[in-house]
Amino acid sequence: MADAAFDDVRDLYQEVILDHGRRPRHAHRPARIDASAKGDNPMCGDRIEVFVAYDESGRIAETGFEARGCAISVASADLMAEVVPGSSVEQARALFEKFRRMATTGACPDCATDEKLERLQPLSGVHEYPSRVKCATLPWHALIAALDGGKESSSE
Amino acid sequence: MNFSSRPAPLDVARIRQDFPILSQKIRGKPLVFLDSAASAQKPRVVAEAMVNAMETQYANVHRGLHWMSERTTEAYETARDAVARLLNAPDRHEIVFTRNITEAINLVAHSFGRHLLRPGQAVLISDMEHHSNIVPWQLLREDRGIELRVAPVTDAGELDLDAFESLFSDGKVGLVSITHMSNVLGTCTPAERIARIAHAHGAKVLFDGAQAVVHRRVDVQAIDADFYAFTGHKLYGPTGIGALWGRRELLEAMPPFLGGGEMISSVSYEKTTWAQVPHKFEAGTPAILEAVGLDAAINYVESIGYDAIAGHEASLIDHALTRLAALDGVRVLGRAQDRGGLVSFTVDRAHAHDVATLLDRNGVAVRAGHHCAEPLMRRFGLASTARASFGIYTTHEEIDVLVDTLARVREFFA
Repeated sequence: MADAAFDDVRDLYQEVILDHGRRPRHAHRPARIDASAKGDNPMCGDRIEVFVAYDESGRIAETGFEARGCAISVASADLMAEVVPGSSVEQARALFEKFRRMATTGACPDCATDEKLERLQPLSGVHEYPSRVKCATLPWHALIAALDGGKESSSE
Repeated sequence: MNFSSRPAPLDVARIRQDFPILSQKIRGKPLVFLDSAASAQKPRVVAEAMVNAMETQYANVHRGLHWMSERTTEAYETARDAVARLLNAPDRHEIVFTRNITEAINLVAHSFGRHLLRPGQAVLISDMEHHSNIVPWQLLREDRGIELRVAPVTDAGELDLDAFESLFSDGKVGLVSITHMSNVLGTCTPAERIARIAHAHGAKVLFDGAQAVVHRRVDVQAIDADFYAFTGHKLYGPTGIGALWGRRELLEAMPPFLGGGEMISSVSYEKTTWAQVPHKFEAGTPAILEAVGLDAAINYVESIGYDAIAGHEASLIDHALTRLAALDGVRVLGRAQDRGGLVSFTVDRAHAHDVATLLDRNGVAVRAGHHCAEPLMRRFGLASTARASFGIYTTHEEIDVLVDTLARVREFFA
């Protein structure tokens, strides 16, 4: 892995991304599914389906996904599934807004104080690759569509 | 084509000097541009021709009675001659300028499909078409009840000719619309045989020549085609201009596609009559400067010669296939006998987009994705591939950079 030619892609392909892209922990359907939605990146044909289970109080209890996608989109989906449980729907939306800002600008003012956001920070390198930002945000678009009760979303 | 004479090898170093963009560095690495099948780079003569027209000789065409308009009209019509020569069209009036292949196919779907095909008839395409040769026929199917049939492709990525021919057996196929060279597999289709089969069953045939025109000499008379579409920007010309060649009797029988200026003979509120072909199909102010650029591009390609181009690209594809075959974990899609200068591949455990991003970091530009051919991707059970495509300026050393970088991509995602 000590390849000088690719040293400068380490900002994008950090070890945690390669790891979660290769061996996602949440790439499955939860035992109970209360909501789901598909996400589609028409540019590349990548697809993801995100599943959500709520607890009694309406918070997100579990999320899982099935994806056909690149390392960035699979790792992003997996990290999303890791951090989202325990959040209310509104908190998940707020987290997505911050994540989207980070993915498009690289800036993450709240990363120091927000554990969940900090966990997503390895994906911030994607902002230097405009054509790849959609790979990172696609799972989130599908999640938000599921939370909205919808069935389809697009990263366009 | 004279097969007995061996073409002189291409002087690629000299050709590369004609393409200023190729000397650029990308993040400190020499640009290795292997995405010419998406759009080719432009030689300086094309840019100069367009700038020269803008600076010295420009007005609208076919309507001014002044010197500038007359000269510009001449230049525009000279480009039509160049396209007719390129395709060996028997009659320059059979060349209709379009924006691109998509517009050319939509023109045929609209004017031929909606008016000269009847409900219950079928249009036959293949399983290796670009979306631009699928979607217009689906629109026609929904609008007019004209069936869309798809001829299968073999595992090698070639047209299954027996299955193709069997699809004519009920006599319903009125039009075959098929690629002359696949933008994903590189497969060149046997155009003469396709046309012979189509005609034997009373069908017309349209070829999508987007890729084929770049790699080989096309002769619409030798093929015995009825329509042939090509686009300028893949042939080292500007974007926004391509052409549809069609047999004159067909073009004359077809109603206009778009209505407007340029395409009329006379207009009154009661009745408007159409201009003669090809102007009937060229509504509105055309892509004048782009036509000038296209003329320069065709002259440039002709000055190099298709024998030399085909020889160079055959040698590039041989080199690429040999080197890729030796690379563990890299799978080439399609192994057609007759193929042009591009190769699609997948890399084990690495998504095509990740492959493309890493290649880009080493200055290598390839395309990754479904290449606007989703049904073909599904046929091969894939969501996406990476594709390296070659042009007259591509060198063997650039293919070596691609393959050596791919070897490192393999390690990166191992």
